[in-house]
Amino acid sequence: MADLNKLGLAEARDALRKGDVTSVDLTEACLTEIEGAGALNAFVHNTPEIAREQAKAADARIKAGDAPDMCGLPIGIKDLFCTKGVPSQAGSRILEGFLPEYESTVSGNLLDAGAVMLGKLNMDEFAMGSSNETSVYGNAVNPWRRGNDEAALTPGGSSGGSASAVAADLCLAATGTDTGGSIRQPAAFTGITGIKPTYGRCSRWGVVAFASSLDQAGPMTKSVRDAAIMLETMCSHDPKDSTSADLPVPNFEAMLTGDIKGKKIGIPKEYRMDGMPDEIETLWTQGREMLADAGAEIVDISLPHTKYALPAYYVIAPAEASSNLARYDGVRYGHRAKLDQGDGITEMYEKTRAEGFGDEVKRRVMIGTYVLSAGFYDAYYNRARKVRTLIKKDFEDVFAQGIDAILTPATPSAAFGLGEASDDPVQMYLNDVFTVTVNMAGLPGIAVPAGTDAQGLPLGLQLIGRPWEEGDLLNTAYALEARAGFVAKPRKWW
Amino acid sequence: MSIDQSTAARVAKLARIKVEEDQLPALAAEFNTILGFIEQLSEVDVEGVEPMTSVTPQRLKRRVDEVTDGGQQNKVLANAPDAREGFFAVPKVVE
Repeated sequence: MADLNKLGLAEARDALRKGDVTSVDLTEACLTEIEGAGALNAFVHNTPEIAREQAKAADARIKAGDAPDMCGLPIGIKDLFCTKGVPSQAGSRILEGFLPEYESTVSGNLLDAGAVMLGKLNMDEFAMGSSNETSVYGNAVNPWRRGNDEAALTPGGSSGGSASAVAADLCLAATGTDTGGSIRQPAAFTGITGIKPTYGRCSRWGVVAFASSLDQAGPMTKSVRDAAIMLETMCSHDPKDSTSADLPVPNFEAMLTGDIKGKKIGIPKEYRMDGMPDEIETLWTQGREMLADAGAEIVDISLPHTKYALPAYYVIAPAEASSNLARYDGVRYGHRAKLDQGDGITEMYEKTRAEGFGDEVKRRVMIGTYVLSAGFYDAYYNRARKVRTLIKKDFEDVFAQGIDAILTPATPSAAFGLGEASDDPVQMYLNDVFTVTVNMAGLPGIAVPAGTDAQGLPLGLQLIGRPWEEGDLLNTAYALEARAGFVAKPRKWW
Repeated sequence: MSIDQSTAARVAKLARIKVEEDQLPALAAEFNTILGFIEQLSEVDVEGVEPMTSVTPQRLKRRVDEVTDGGQQNKVLANAPDAREGFFAVPKVVE
């Protein structure tokens, strides 16, 4: 078989089962591809020796029969996941040299199932960003370009390396994490599929924390079926994460029938934004038609507090980040600043954090500190938490009306050029305008590639589901995927 | 609500991030842009609304109060920039 790196998880799994390929073959194909893709800056810590060993072990397990679905499939892991003995820096200078003594639950679940880790993937520092431009490793680059224009585009963020690697076929799939859209926005920018499950589905243990009430891990894959396969392995109840849900994890793949007859799909009027490009509007309309064609009933709905999700997010997420990132103090791990004579512990903290954190992280930690500080806690933080309650209620109300899923655009634009949006933080934040509501309400959301813009760049649609009903959501996405028929791939220039 | 340089300096101090004097005006300006964006929240009627504490209704699990882990001093210290004699080492704290 040629071009093994281009396979998806399902195809590769089936080929492994039939004995048409070995995990070693798949792994070597990906390692070769990664070697030649330095220009994308997607993989930032390569682990070829680990991958080769795991591939051999997987082949033995497959031969013995009874291997799990993910067994032998080479994937990339976002740098935010702690991986035992392998650098895990969250894209930050402050974690330079950090070698975890433990494995995150999610990456552990994948490795236990026999998945092969090719290396760690680039990301925005501490997952704070929408363009992968805040990474200590430098920008990850989108394999897609605007026609013949050679300008480098962002793969989105924060899971930019994961998106770039999957879209460029450097690996079969990758893990991502999503606090305000960090799986779905990069998936949409690179023409791949990405799902953020319900808050609590995936354990957060061992995932470097950004905003604990919003963070969720999820898969970034080449198809909806692949997302179903990988998500099932990633999910588990974990006593080490007190917010992890003690619920059975269904066989998501078995729920992909493509039959969505009679399902009610909500179209929220508040997602029609001023200044939204016509192409996004058109794509959204096409998405409605595709789902209607599949037999779903399209219903206009209202989510009145949508507009306030992003400003509330930019109170809550920085507040939680300021607390979570207090641990980077130069004492227990990572970078410690060189001190001058007479410097005490306060100077050590201040210099270490000034040197170790990048500008966006500093900005958010300080905003978070401010909104939590005496005198402002009620005006900002408590108000934002009340608004969050209202945002969640908006969704509960429409689900109570019988809506099964909600269709929206995934992003307000196609991928933009690196450097084009980095001057104004608030402008950058608007990238998450369609995705952030989902984190605020703890719901599952999936981005599915559905078309291209005039310059040939991929565009995605988002489906939002009921809590814990990822299987149903994936099935609706499967029906959408089948009708969208998105097969475009980036032309290889790297 | 407008943030001046002294407030910016106070926030930096609270966050334990060293910010040079000459960078304070730019920092204050950035804060104001972001807080200006957040200011929209004041339009929302939140009268009688409970602030969210947990996005999924759940009770924290309970378990027996017993030691389940420990004895990993070397692992705990393995990544420390400065560890000595089984402790984290830091600059002098008490004069």
